Amino acid sequence: MNSEILGVVLMFVLTLAIALPLGRYIGKVFNYQKTWLDTIFNPIDKLFFKLSGINESQQMNWKQHLVALISINAAWFLLSMIVLTNMAWLPLNPDNNPSMSGDLAFNTAISFICNTNLQHYSGESGMSYLGQLVLMLWQFLSAGTGIAIAAVVFVAMKERTTDKLGNFYSYFVRSCTRILFPIAVVVATVLVFNGMPMTFEGKDTVTTLQGETVQVSRGPVAAFTAIKHLGTNGGGFFGVNSAHPFENPSYFTNIVEMITQMLIPFALIFALGYVINRKKLSWMIFGVMTIGFTLLVVPTIISEMNGNPAITRMGVSQNLGSMEGKEIRFGSPASAYWSIATTVISTGSVNAMHDSFTPLSGMNQMLGMMINAFYGGCGVGMLNFYVFIILAVFISGLMVGRTPEFLGKKIEAKEMKIAMVIALLHPFLILVGTAIASYLYTHNPAEYAGWLSNPNNHGFSQMLYEITSSSANNGSGFEGLGDNTPFWNIACGIVMLLGRFLPIIGPVAIAGILANKKYTPESNGTLKTDTMTFGLMVFAVIAIVAALSFFPALALGPIAEYFLL
Amino acid sequence: MSANNQSIFQKDLMQEAIKQSFVKLNPKIMFRNPVMFTVEIGTAVMFFVCAWILAGEQSQGSFAYNFTVFIVLFLTLLFANFAEAIAEARGKAQADSLRKTREETPARLENGQVISSAKLKKGDVFVCEAGEIIASDGEIIEGLATIDESAITGESAPVIREAGGDKSSVTGGTKVLSDKIKVQVTTEQGESFLDKMIALVEGASRQKTPNEIALTILLAGFTLVFIIVTVTLKPFADFSKTPITIAAFISLFVCLIPTTIGGLLSAIGIAGMDRALRANVITKSGKAVETAGDIDVLLLDKTGTITIGNRKATKFYPFDIDEKEFIKAAVLSSMADETPEGKSIIELAGVNPASYQIQNPTFIKFTAETRCSGVDFDGNRIRKGASDAIKGIAERAGNVYPKGVQECVKVISSNGGTPLVVAKNEKVIGVIELQDIIKTGISERFERLRKMGIKTVMVTGDNPLTAKFIAEKAGVDDYIAEAKPEDKMNYIKKEQSEGRLVAMMGDGTNDAPALAQADVGVAMNSGTQAAKEAGNMVDLDNDPTKLIEVVEIGKQLLMTRGTLTTFSIANDIAKYFAIIPALFIVAIPALQGLNIMHLHSPESAILSAVIFNAIIIPMLIPLALKGVEYKPIGASALLRRNLLIYGLGGIIIPFVGIKLIDVVVAMFI
Repeated sequence: MNSEILGVVLMFVLTLAIALPLGRYIGKVFNYQKTWLDTIFNPIDKLFFKLSGINESQQMNWKQHLVALISINAAWFLLSMIVLTNMAWLPLNPDNNPSMSGDLAFNTAISFICNTNLQHYSGESGMSYLGQLVLMLWQFLSAGTGIAIAAVVFVAMKERTTDKLGNFYSYFVRSCTRILFPIAVVVATVLVFNGMPMTFEGKDTVTTLQGETVQVSRGPVAAFTAIKHLGTNGGGFFGVNSAHPFENPSYFTNIVEMITQMLIPFALIFALGYVINRKKLSWMIFGVMTIGFTLLVVPTIISEMNGNPAITRMGVSQNLGSMEGKEIRFGSPASAYWSIATTVISTGSVNAMHDSFTPLSGMNQMLGMMINAFYGGCGVGMLNFYVFIILAVFISGLMVGRTPEFLGKKIEAKEMKIAMVIALLHPFLILVGTAIASYLYTHNPAEYAGWLSNPNNHGFSQMLYEITSSSANNGSGFEGLGDNTPFWNIACGIVMLLGRFLPIIGPVAIAGILANKKYTPESNGTLKTDTMTFGLMVFAVIAIVAALSFFPALALGPIAEYFLL
Repeated sequence: MSANNQSIFQKDLMQEAIKQSFVKLNPKIMFRNPVMFTVEIGTAVMFFVCAWILAGEQSQGSFAYNFTVFIVLFLTLLFANFAEAIAEARGKAQADSLRKTREETPARLENGQVISSAKLKKGDVFVCEAGEIIASDGEIIEGLATIDESAITGESAPVIREAGGDKSSVTGGTKVLSDKIKVQVTTEQGESFLDKMIALVEGASRQKTPNEIALTILLAGFTLVFIIVTVTLKPFADFSKTPITIAAFISLFVCLIPTTIGGLLSAIGIAGMDRALRANVITKSGKAVETAGDIDVLLLDKTGTITIGNRKATKFYPFDIDEKEFIKAAVLSSMADETPEGKSIIELAGVNPASYQIQNPTFIKFTAETRCSGVDFDGNRIRKGASDAIKGIAERAGNVYPKGVQECVKVISSNGGTPLVVAKNEKVIGVIELQDIIKTGISERFERLRKMGIKTVMVTGDNPLTAKFIAEKAGVDDYIAEAKPEDKMNYIKKEQSEGRLVAMMGDGTNDAPALAQADVGVAMNSGTQAAKEAGNMVDLDNDPTKLIEVVEIGKQLLMTRGTLTTFSIANDIAKYFAIIPALFIVAIPALQGLNIMHLHSPESAILSAVIFNAIIIPMLIPLALKGVEYKPIGASALLRRNLLIYGLGGIIIPFVGIKLIDVVVAMFI
């Protein structure tokens, strides 16, 4: 096998191999079973709760969970707004970078709290080290929020008939201290030893071979990069993210970062099986997600390895594949694999410029975000998938002649309403957002000329990509878009907020309502949800609901571009 | 019943349905169905577009093309309405044929006054004699009669109804064959179960069932998605400088929304109730039919469901006596025995008792003390009864009770049978074996139920040993022996507390609490008024096995909804590939690559898609009305099967269909 392909397969297999035991461990953390880290973290957790006056043993119902989640997120938002708009004079600013404008700070604060990490700024020139540290804190906390809320849904799925679903703060603190923090420390250490900077000193001055002096930005990059990937955040320390030689120095660090970002989304699938004691269900979910992922990643790798047909026609050799916007140390297959992994799991970090990928690869990246449920982000990916399961259970339950039920709970009008709203939300945000942008541009191309580097079908793709990335809380971009303008800052901010919190509220509400329902034991006539047939059904629902509704838009963007190339 | 054989599209029903299809275009009625309502709006828009073109507008394509789109959309609406209307018409016709007999029957009141049945009020008492038609549903308060219920049940054998007890109920329209009864009217006219059922079918009081509501939400959601898809396409197209006509927008929208299931949804629900009615079951709500599909536990009375009526004599065992002599003794002792057991002995012997020509027989009746019955004639004393009773008689007379007889009795008992010992002149001469006859094919039906995931429970007054034997032989999963009414109730409550849904059938007043408690309670039409009020279905045939059919009807109903939803949504894939290239090809010729069906032209592609979308509705009406066949092969296998047929079929059929229509349409463009 081609060694570059082998590298890709290796990354996937290694991720799975680490995710299986990690999933079991996370399941134990959710179940409050003993783990070997307890001795270290039990006292720390207790201290947190004592200081904050939270009674961690108080049981919450689903509504109380959501109130807790939204209120701490609101507090973080205010705190980040204050820091981002005042960093110029606050400490830890050796490079004297300026404060952010109001709309950019709004966008950036939301972006990091929503686990999106869409960046309309460039870290080197637009952010102080204090700002970076605050953002890094959100990278922990937003991921912790996602994991904690996934724990609530898992517990709700396990319970027979109850509205007592554990304590949100407790799940949240445990997610941060027992899952994110230890792994991030290990990953950051590995990265530091492989050439990544970790310093609070300002820019370094280097004399090049030609004798010129160059200012080189640096900072606490390793710590930032570890949690950026572990928490599926994706916000780069530097503007070009993990394509930057300090943020991803070698093929080895590329593998480490790749595995780190897919680790928790994988592990949470198996944690679900552990918590509700249905390992087969986990494998069904993993199977469906992996099929979806494969269907996106394989054509992308092929397309990138084949190169750009327009360049081929010019008689230029492309034996390395399409290398525009890619780093030579990673090569096209690893870049293609990364581009799909980072879009399906909502990390949004990049090691190559998505704007420069061949059209169909760009489409697959967008599809990964439009579907947003193949693995998905930290915790929230499972929540998105849960909504599709509910829809699939409803249709297939009818097909076997019973009122649909999932894990012994009947799915009725109320749950359908919520599930449908959540399934609708994503197409709504993406299509309406892009429609407004298209409308503005079409009716006043002179005023918005700075938006698009390429106003044709590719320009349409750039706008579609930006909104999709915001709605999916992904954060990557087709960087040809001039996005630091009030419209994009505010529009993307709103889309990110809605795209983050509604898809959390919906599934938690469904799971909470179902947990409170009467439990029906399984019989021969009950639809089994851990079978391949049902998996196929879920896949079909995802393909038709999530993917096909974007067909017309994609036809005008990447598909048209593909046929025109 | 003749109605069972009628074809789906009868001429008179068709006429009514076609008329109703137009009546239902009223937006107020249409609004109940969000999917089709949006199609109606689209149709109206197309109407104005056509008018606009006639007024000279150039940008929207030819009038003929736009007008054709308008006509096809209009037909789509009519087809959907027709589906509902034909289902209603069929249900109504079925109910009417049941109702016809009971209208305008004269009723003779106690005081001799004769009034029309329509004027009877609840509580009135009327008299019915042999040869008369019973004027209204009611309860016999005096007398006993044989009644021909064939008008209702199609069963020609007359039944006996009498005052008091559990068989006191009579149905309007049935005919008294013998004797005279006084009947008290139990329901106001227009409020009988049948009337309620007709109202349900007609739509006035038809309420959406919870499952129907949930499905409507799903379909409304799909409609909304495609509203978003279509509306946002306008600025996208403007950005790409791709003009799209209004007809194309509306066609895209109508094709993508789930019109197939949206148009057939209410027809499926009505057809479910109609199927129940065809099985001679009156349901009090659509929900009851649905719930029947979810049943986990079935409580079945042994007698009549699992076994044929009562015990029957199955074999004679003579001892030290000629078999003919023994049979003669057995027959004579049963001559005056009116119990089914007694009759079955004569039946088994196959001899007419009169042929023995005995003189002056004295019949000894069965009493609780002697526990035997018999006959005295010509100085002979024949007795038959329980083994210890006869043993006592024989031993008191100094005769030995033969060991062989003792053994025979034991064997019969352990086989679930009941032994009757016969003695002639205090000497034991043999044993008659009575057995419960398990209905043929019943164990296969239980097997079928087991595969559906339904647990069957036999309810019997027998002792636990006999009950266990019969339960095993018939293949039921559990049994309640020596059952009292409260035992049924407790069993139902226990199963329900564990989250299962329970169905039962009953007829007596003492069944009423359990019928009300059960999730599906089917009352027999012959049962008491209390039982009928308590249940949520009434079985006109009084057939205890009907529960099984009811469960299948419920499952069929849900399955039909599920499969047609799947089919409808799966169709979208092909429709996308027909319409999307058609929308953009003119401005971006490169998108011809998406035209994988190689449709003739943008216009023909759009027309073919909307035509396919319209005609698939009437083509599926027969399926919607008959229901998707239920196969008890386990849920996963069933899902696989239905996904293959309706899912994969739903993907492939429109590709083929649209292509074929395009070939035809291309000839005219």
